[in-house]
Amino acid sequence: MAGKILATYEYTPAKVEKGYAGKTLYINLSDMTIKEKPVTEKMKELFVGGRGFGLWYLWNAVSSDTKWNDPENEIIIAGGPICGITQYPGSGKAAVVTLSPLTGCPMDNNVGGYFAPLLKFSGWDALEIQGKSDRDVIVFIDGNRGKVVIEDASDEPADTHLLAEKLTERYADSEEDKRNISVVSSGKGAENTLIGMLNVSFYDVKRKAVRVKQAGRGGSGTVFRDKKIKAIVVKYKGVTGDSNNPADKEKIINAALRLHKEIFELDKLQNRMREVGTANLVEVMNDYDLLPVMNFQYGSHPDANRITSKVFREKYFTQNVPDNCWYGCSLSCAKAVDNYEVKTGPYKGQKVCVDAAEYETIAAVAANCGIFDPEYVIEANFYCDTYGLDTISFGNIVGFAMECYERGIINKEITGGLELKFGNADAALELLHQMAKGEGFGKIAGQGVKRLREYILEKTGADAKLLRDISMEIKGLEVSMYVSKESLAQQGGYAFANKGPQHDEAWLIFMDMVNKQIPTFEDKAEALHYFPIFRTWFSLQGLCKLPWNDIVPADNAMTDEPHKIPAHVQNYVDLFNGVTGKNITKEELLLQSERVFNFQRIFNLKMGKGTREYDMPPFRLLGPATKEEYESRAERYDKQLKELGYDIEGKTTEEKMAMLRQYRESQFEKLTDAVYKRRGWNKNGVPTLETVKKLGIDFPDVVELIAKYQE
Amino acid sequence: MKIVKSRPDLCTGCGACMIACSKVLYKVEDPDKSAIRIKERPGAESGYDIFVCNHCGKCISICSVEAIYKAKNGAVRIDAEKCVGCYMCVGFCPEQAMFVHKDINEPIKCIACGACVRACPTGAIYLEEQD
Repeated sequence: MAGKILATYEYTPAKVEKGYAGKTLYINLSDMTIKEKPVTEKMKELFVGGRGFGLWYLWNAVSSDTKWNDPENEIIIAGGPICGITQYPGSGKAAVVTLSPLTGCPMDNNVGGYFAPLLKFSGWDALEIQGKSDRDVIVFIDGNRGKVVIEDASDEPADTHLLAEKLTERYADSEEDKRNISVVSSGKGAENTLIGMLNVSFYDVKRKAVRVKQAGRGGSGTVFRDKKIKAIVVKYKGVTGDSNNPADKEKIINAALRLHKEIFELDKLQNRMREVGTANLVEVMNDYDLLPVMNFQYGSHPDANRITSKVFREKYFTQNVPDNCWYGCSLSCAKAVDNYEVKTGPYKGQKVCVDAAEYETIAAVAANCGIFDPEYVIEANFYCDTYGLDTISFGNIVGFAMECYERGIINKEITGGLELKFGNADAALELLHQMAKGEGFGKIAGQGVKRLREYILEKTGADAKLLRDISMEIKGLEVSMYVSKESLAQQGGYAFANKGPQHDEAWLIFMDMVNKQIPTFEDKAEALHYFPIFRTWFSLQGLCKLPWNDIVPADNAMTDEPHKIPAHVQNYVDLFNGVTGKNITKEELLLQSERVFNFQRIFNLKMGKGTREYDMPPFRLLGPATKEEYESRAERYDKQLKELGYDIEGKTTEEKMAMLRQYRESQFEKLTDAVYKRRGWNKNGVPTLETVKKLGIDFPDVVELIAKYQE
Repeated sequence: MKIVKSRPDLCTGCGACMIACSKVLYKVEDPDKSAIRIKERPGAESGYDIFVCNHCGKCISICSVEAIYKAKNGAVRIDAEKCVGCYMCVGFCPEQAMFVHKDINEPIKCIACGACVRACPTGAIYLEEQD
């Protein structure tokens, strides 16, 4: 029966001390168990919080044989000790960890919205959900009353724009109370594909609208719906600047005021995040030939000027509203389009507020599919969000299918009549609706690029090598939106990334290709050691990466290591010490991350992957995979070959492509060796015993596991 | 409404204004809890800078929780109940006239009461009518 209470749990909310509530809320949906688990000092010491806690719980919950849709799989949502402070920009993030349906390995996402801070102030450092319900449920956590309820949600809609608004209305006592509610939800698309994502809401008091941020990558929403969760709702009233009960508030305030002032003075001169958000990257990437166009074949397009931040700024983004996804984020990059009238599909004619559009979404759903129409971007963005689909994977799937269609590898018989030519926005949207319904070609395409490739191979007997070269996935996850062909360091950044090719682990293109700051293999290996580790830290703490380097101090260029933004690294040391009362150095900050980073790598190994062979990219990530790509930039590639000493006189494009490929693949192998060595891994990409000992993660099961892979 | 204006050349740095202000706002005599601040002019032999709110209202749109508002008398005020203590308004104040204290959740801000002017022995601050 809808609305029926299936389980209730009453508790005394723990008071947050120095950034920790000290407890985890554990729910098993198979038998409706609800209980608390202690957050131990050892957990804090070794895994800190956020992604670290998520990986630790998941490690203990699953075996090497566990599949994503087994009841043992978990979804863990956790902020981290810094999460929830209101003073420093970007401090409300949640890490989401689960076994991914796309990769079979642990997936981590770092998502905004109010969920993680309100969860902590309700007395929980982490939420750990295991098991599978036999009917749709809503989990409601009331942090003021100290009550957790699991309700039957059979009659509730699945799609986020309906559900998050309905539940915000239902659980808030008044309009004023809505900001104390955050909803995690997904949608119908997550039920019928493997690319489902999670939306995390917050209430925008000025727009009077429910807004959503996404834990986008790797199918977390698919796991969520497989467990029959429609929504998780947290309610907590009473957030102040002291809710995290920090040890030394002055340290936090001083860092925060420095950054607020920097943003006030410099953002308008630097990235204009407050004005246009990440959309500013569309024009930058197009100018540097780095914007994925038509399934990553090209890096720019003359029509890209139709989807730049200028267009969104002038025609679509609503301005002068607080576009932060947690209190105190003066960088405020979360742009939105108000009163958008939906043009297609089941919600045609509705007027909606769309959280649109981020750079990644614009590049994926539009440029990568050869579509240059801003209203299509908003439409696709709206539907991906409400259906619970990852825009990056969606754009990759459509781009890949379109290329296969244009090359004659697939036809209308395979696509169910869809004319999947580059630029066909109607066909892309139709495919999106099919994915959500689990019908037609959408049902196959919704399995992701890797499985779509396997399907096409089986159905058509196409050239397997070509298909691998042009299918932009590694470890089963689709590549995020940067062309890495001319940056060896970025190729590694994508290929070695623990969860799969997402740029949050390493974004080195400008350092490498544009500014030439890391010319040698050793330099690149150092960068691919330092940055992935440093960037992991944000997801242990409940922090956003953007206020680290999307705003820099005026004198940053004068520092010894400008690409590290030393002043902001010091801010983070101050924040951690200010919250926890500890006294770490920046070296110890890195050690916290390095430990979790290596643990995640070893977790991949536990799941039967995590070795060198799984770090191999499709060739298109390294260079021109087809004749069209080579010839479109023939001058560049010819010049490179000549400089390398190749005799290209009278050679055909195919011959030159073979030379370039041989060279680039050998470079990638050398890079792999150098990076593994720097990270303390063996040649097979497995951390050595010495490395795990140094990091203090030499638990018996870890040692036993990696021992099998030592040379 | 009347706002506080200054003639820094008349300021002797006695700090009476800050004592008076903190008394009105927080019932303590503590310059660190004052909404007007007198600071020695950096790099100069002598002289003081006076930082005080002119009620321009630019902070109103900066606030994401609608805690800052224009009161009926024209003064820009903070609703302490709504404020989450994020201090974006402090960093974005063009007059650098909003302040923080670790024991106080909301920013410390002038309410245009005139207590500082009454306490000033030299006339370095005064009230002036503003539209």
